[in-house]
Amino acid sequence: MNNRPIGLSIHNAGLRYLGMDKAILHNLCMTIPGGQWTCLLGRSGSGKTSLLRYLAGLLDNDIEWQGSVTCSDGGPFNHRIAYMAQQDLLLPWLSVENNVCLSYRFNKQKVTAEVYEKALSLLEQVGLADSRKALPQSLSGGMRQRVALARTLMQDKPLVLMDEPFSALDAVTRHKLQRLSHTLLRDKTVILITHDPQEAVRLAGRLYILKGSPAYAESLNLPSILPPRNLCAESALVQQHIFQTLEQDND
Amino acid sequence: MTNLSHLAQISNKLKNQNSGIRSVFRGIIVVAVLLMVWQGLILLFDLPSFILPTPMAVFDRLLLRHDVLMRHSWVTAQEILLGLLLGLSMGLFFALQMLLFNPVKRWLLPVLIASQAIPVFAIAPVLMLWLGYGIASKVVMAAIIIFFPVTICCYDGLKNTPKGYLDLGHTMQANRWQQLIRIQLPSALPALASGIRVAVVIAPIGAVAGEWVGSSAGLGYLMLQANARMMIDDMFAALFILSLLSVALYFLANFALNKLIPWDN
Repeated sequence: MNNRPIGLSIHNAGLRYLGMDKAILHNLCMTIPGGQWTCLLGRSGSGKTSLLRYLAGLLDNDIEWQGSVTCSDGGPFNHRIAYMAQQDLLLPWLSVENNVCLSYRFNKQKVTAEVYEKALSLLEQVGLADSRKALPQSLSGGMRQRVALARTLMQDKPLVLMDEPFSALDAVTRHKLQRLSHTLLRDKTVILITHDPQEAVRLAGRLYILKGSPAYAESLNLPSILPPRNLCAESALVQQHIFQTLEQDND
Repeated sequence: MTNLSHLAQISNKLKNQNSGIRSVFRGIIVVAVLLMVWQGLILLFDLPSFILPTPMAVFDRLLLRHDVLMRHSWVTAQEILLGLLLGLSMGLFFALQMLLFNPVKRWLLPVLIASQAIPVFAIAPVLMLWLGYGIASKVVMAAIIIFFPVTICCYDGLKNTPKGYLDLGHTMQANRWQQLIRIQLPSALPALASGIRVAVVIAPIGAVAGEWVGSSAGLGYLMLQANARMMIDDMFAALFILSLLSVALYFLANFALNKLIPWDN
């Protein structure tokens, strides 16, 4: 299976948790282009994380799913994803480099010297080569999230699912990490869930808002300049429109 | 950056050394205060030596009878260590069974609780009958008394593995065995360590209780013999060594666990 970016097409999807009467998502249609960042916004409880967790294969036994998800190359998607959550999820008993190599330990692949070299090269890219032997507890929040980014890159999967990975960081660290992630994941298809309209407008190649109850996806127009975008009048207008849409949806 | 991290390492080393010296100093003060209170009680209430011997009398016995005391201490230490080994293995085994097989948990948990409801002194004669007056019955006594806290702590640790870790493993296609070995067990180590800390403190109770019911060696046996012959200073010397053994065991285990599980500090 090659690692070229894949696009996803979600058609007429519905999601309902078992034991609940009401569906969370209904008539959801989204096109996720390959090799771009697709950002998903929505009020709390709109079903963003549920959708992402379904795509990551983490809800199989808990939900009823309707509709179709197809890959642009016709193959399955569930073994071609990497997942990055809000918490960095670094295993505290493993050193930074062993955390980066974690996926190799689950795939019956030996963690050879070449693998460690690759991990080191990725840690250099995220600026943490000096900390490769350190335990995660000695790192700051921003450093930990950079290790998580290196771990995601190490998996080298074409589809990366990100669930608010920058939300716990301070504004400056978040800004730097957004740029770094966008640079390092440029060859991947990324689905990013965020609560932050500024982050969404900055990074998105395509932007959806989940609205209504049960929620459906509405596509929004983005500024013409390519991401990662700096703040400009056009971006500010899109952000304002997002805020208005989210406020209306909350009402 | 390198200079700064070097300085930080030196600073940490000095901090650790200072902390070690402070701990030793604290220990010396505690022992000195206890000895003063002990001596003070004797002076205050004019207690005879067959009720409470003086610290100096006990110290004399420790020097005079060191060969006998050491021989019996070695027996008790063996019972405690083997009891710990057996109890910890049993605790880990039961915790894993309860995690992996839900029906086992439903059937096993009431049995485990019942095993703790029966006082250890009530089981001791039965164990003597089945296992004899040698070391085996004391090892089993110590194991019985410690396996429950170890089981419960370890099971809680395994059960409460952060869901995010398991989700991450799942997205990396880890199978159930890999999740257990590479995520759940290491994640449960801090909880297991708490169980071990409790276990090392209470294991001597099981061993000594076993010796009281029936034995031919050990500190419990020595205390019983000394008590029967009104050799109270001998009894206190044995008690002192038993306390020393328990405290040393606790601090040794604590030190080793802190080294092995640095992320829990």
